[in-house]
Amino acid sequence: MADPIRQLGAPGEAPALRPGRVVGTPFRRVDGRAKVTGRTLFADDLAFPRMAYLRLVRSTVPHARILRIDAASALAAPGVLTVLTGADLPEPFGIMPVSQDEHALCLDQVRFVGDPVAAVVATSEDAATEAARAVVVEYEPLPTIATIDEALATPHDDERIHHHGDGGNVHKKVSLRFGDLEPGFAAAALVLDDLFFYEGSTHLPLEQHAAVAVPEDEDRLTLYSSTQTPHYLHRALAQVLGLSAGRIRVIATPCGGGFGGKSDPFSHEIVAAKAALRLGRPVKVTLTREEVFYCHRGRHPVLMRLRTAFDRSGAMRAQHLRTALDGGAYGSYGVASTYYTGALQTTTYRLDAYRFDGVRVFTNKPPCGPKRGHGTPQPRFGLEIQLDKAAVELGLDPAEIRLRNLAPAATVTANWLRLGTNGLERCIDAVVTGSRFRERWGRLPHGRGLGLACGAYLCGAGLPIYWNHLPQSAVTLLLDRSGGVTVACGESEIGQGSDSVLAAVVAEVLGLPLGDVRLSVADTDLTPVDLGSYSSRVTLMVGQAAIEAAEKARELLAGAAADQLDVPAARLVFAEGRVLDAADPERSMTFTEAVWAAEARHGLIATAGSYTPPRAPGRYRGAGVGPSPTYSYTAAVIEVEVDPTTGLIDVEQVWIAHDIGRAINPVLTLGQVEGSVYMGLGEALYEEQVVRRLPRHRSGASVLRAVSMLDYKSPTFLDMPTVETYLIEEPDPAGPFGAKEVGQGPLLPIAPAVANAVYDAVGVRIDEVPVLPHKVLAALDAAKRGDPARFGPKRFPEVDYGETLIVPTPAEGGDGTAINDWRDRERRGMRGAGGTMAERSAEPRSGRR
Amino acid sequence: MSVLSPVPVTTLPLLVNGEERVVAFPVHHTLLEVLREECGLTGTKHGCELGECGTCTVLVDGRPILSCLALAAEMEGRSIETVEGLARGSELHPLQRTFADLGAAQCGYCTPGILMAAKALLEENPAADEAAVKEALAGNLCRCTGYHKILQAVAWAGAILRGEHDARPEHEWLYGSPEPSSTDRGEAKPGGEEVGARG
Repeated sequence: MADPIRQLGAPGEAPALRPGRVVGTPFRRVDGRAKVTGRTLFADDLAFPRMAYLRLVRSTVPHARILRIDAASALAAPGVLTVLTGADLPEPFGIMPVSQDEHALCLDQVRFVGDPVAAVVATSEDAATEAARAVVVEYEPLPTIATIDEALATPHDDERIHHHGDGGNVHKKVSLRFGDLEPGFAAAALVLDDLFFYEGSTHLPLEQHAAVAVPEDEDRLTLYSSTQTPHYLHRALAQVLGLSAGRIRVIATPCGGGFGGKSDPFSHEIVAAKAALRLGRPVKVTLTREEVFYCHRGRHPVLMRLRTAFDRSGAMRAQHLRTALDGGAYGSYGVASTYYTGALQTTTYRLDAYRFDGVRVFTNKPPCGPKRGHGTPQPRFGLEIQLDKAAVELGLDPAEIRLRNLAPAATVTANWLRLGTNGLERCIDAVVTGSRFRERWGRLPHGRGLGLACGAYLCGAGLPIYWNHLPQSAVTLLLDRSGGVTVACGESEIGQGSDSVLAAVVAEVLGLPLGDVRLSVADTDLTPVDLGSYSSRVTLMVGQAAIEAAEKARELLAGAAADQLDVPAARLVFAEGRVLDAADPERSMTFTEAVWAAEARHGLIATAGSYTPPRAPGRYRGAGVGPSPTYSYTAAVIEVEVDPTTGLIDVEQVWIAHDIGRAINPVLTLGQVEGSVYMGLGEALYEEQVVRRLPRHRSGASVLRAVSMLDYKSPTFLDMPTVETYLIEEPDPAGPFGAKEVGQGPLLPIAPAVANAVYDAVGVRIDEVPVLPHKVLAALDAAKRGDPARFGPKRFPEVDYGETLIVPTPAEGGDGTAINDWRDRERRGMRGAGGTMAERSAEPRSGRR
Repeated sequence: MSVLSPVPVTTLPLLVNGEERVVAFPVHHTLLEVLREECGLTGTKHGCELGECGTCTVLVDGRPILSCLALAAEMEGRSIETVEGLARGSELHPLQRTFADLGAAQCGYCTPGILMAAKALLEENPAADEAAVKEALAGNLCRCTGYHKILQAVAWAGAILRGEHDARPEHEWLYGSPEPSSTDRGEAKPGGEEVGARG
């Protein structure tokens, strides 16, 4: 028998599709052949006639005023075409409307080592690199703020890194209360109050960021870039360049790894565009690996205090979570990141009384942003370890305490998130059975242990980054007389398989082989807007838009075919490239003949579909972060071997079950689960994006400790354990063919499962990530001395979180608003489009209130 | 010497994927740069240009090397193989087929380097077991896959190269649900070990 994978849908490889069975069957990804033959063109692979090369000059100091930039000798260097500085691009930008705090090149102040200050363009990359070294920048140093404590201790105006935010070096403060916590704490059988710390880490995509700007006219250009969010880049370019967006074409090239790290508009993209317009010739920029580390936008280091009341059965009755995020030098997605450290805490387990206080500060370090799981792996780490502790205290097994707390499906949480289907119980059963957790947890020999943890994640953010009422994804179909279908969508392939999802959904609806579907993607001139590859939104939103477009096309074809075949349209089936009478399959025509018939009747067959997520029920300020059409669920068990003499941790095996709703392509789905496990293990065990201060005689700057792939420890082939994956399919009506997300959720349980397994192995709690050998040894030593058998943070800073918004829960009869939000009341009915994410969530969306 | 800069330039015949071409390049340029820029063979990627990630791996006289650390000027008379030379006409190399079919290439950026390193290994030892594959590929980083699909693909390609033409991973592992009755896809099996169905 031929191999089932190869039989199915490999473009150009004689695909043999069974009728209507693309979705749910493993098939070769549509870009698979190009990627294994070297034919895929990434941004740096592009070359154009007369192309010039750009190199950024970056700050060598962490915080300073720019006194002078002398580019004279750079301009005189061989091959140099132009030099740009901040004055050339004075308009600020930033991914979030509320944090427009970046400049393509710093104007008068630098805020971290690596901040772009100037740019040199030359006829060769070597010449640009050499000349960039010749640019002299004179700085007047400002005090370096390198920690959360230092940021909180610098409230005065003259100490600020930015002059926006919530005062001093506080970028964002959040305080929200849902329900009354007091009764839960008063009646608790057990109250746990823990401190946790989750270290920052970076995405480390193998592809360095790259972009090529090609001028098409004096006021028109094309920018090719390795980006996850071509639409947001498009808007930032228009804003900073002062050009109409209609004159800018952004093409997202296949992205060589993103993980959130290519979701911001970046300086190098904007500067290359400006230089190309100025010089009238193409300009390419490719970052060095060191620059990629400094661009960062990765996982926020987060300090947490988590206080939870449990009743005798192990049920959580009330919880108060406090988070403090070290944001680095710019806003980036930070406002959303701050909310995300609290928003999804209610999606996995039932919490009827919940308070969340969060703060994000600015520091003179590479800016943090979204990394796989965006703001949620950190509180997930605390919650899942605390549940493990509670289970031990209450004499329950860790699986049982979770099963007793499961959030009920299809309900609205205390913080007003509407949950969809919930496959978590089946996920827990799968990994507990697979790992024989109940038989082995607590019973393995000293040094060997099992840890369990769970998680839940968004299937697409409910709201766009900037306030609008437009669809978040759209797809157009063009059918031509050849029988081929051209599908256009602004989605961007970053390796997750979004192109394959798009093609598979259209092929499924129209009963076509995958090879007959042609894609045009991520090109702002040719494809309708999709917001980008972030928040695990693409399968759900692009999939739904594609279904709508394809169903419209099918209806037009069915109407025409029904007349020719003399069969009721409702009886027609589209399969294997044919249109058939379900009652009499002999009565049929080819798909191409159906296109001819439909085009003769209607003219050109072109259809469109679009998707807007359902409106979320929350109306309070901050309710915009957290809603999603539905949520995915994951459970994982990890087995470790810990050497008590060295503290070394060896991860032996991972069992992971993911509630995928429905797998569009199981083979790619598995790849996403395995990749998430891998990235989670890297964070759990090795990876740290941290700065160190150079000695004063060497400038005293805060520089990254690891700026190379040797020093930054990511797992290799030799470090990766066996992974047993279970796909739990509980189709969700919100998703295309029932599908949910898979790209991020499976990362969430990994770090806490490792920490819980270390506890089972050697009896110590490591309440911070990464779980390094020296921390295990320190905790073992503490235990020997009779101190708490723990390693982790010892204090949480005093933070003024501001006035707490009191939001009555659904159980309390609330309407989704806060009772004390003056902005909400004042602005009710008074504002139209515009505003920030924080503001828009407070806006009235309907006349019902 | 260039008129613009004092950088010496050299001209050499290079044998790339069995085809000889005469290439002029600055003497300090690496094989990586010359392949991508002068030869237009952009299938070979770069991830660090410091010899740390394995992304730029090509074969020189059949041995995997990091092209970012090799000078093109030293390549005269040597046989260079890149990802572009892996397929026979339009027929993919078994490694390319299995990588594509199993999703061992996600973003695809590390893929050319890993394909070349795996080709060198399988040519030396078509029966390489999983430990040998891990060892041979340990210098190649991948951030997407968690390495599992790559190991499965290399094992499967090895079986094909050994002449086990009907070899294939057991696909039941795709749906390893412990609740077989709830799916129509057959019972969970740990199987397929010999071709690396699990990682």
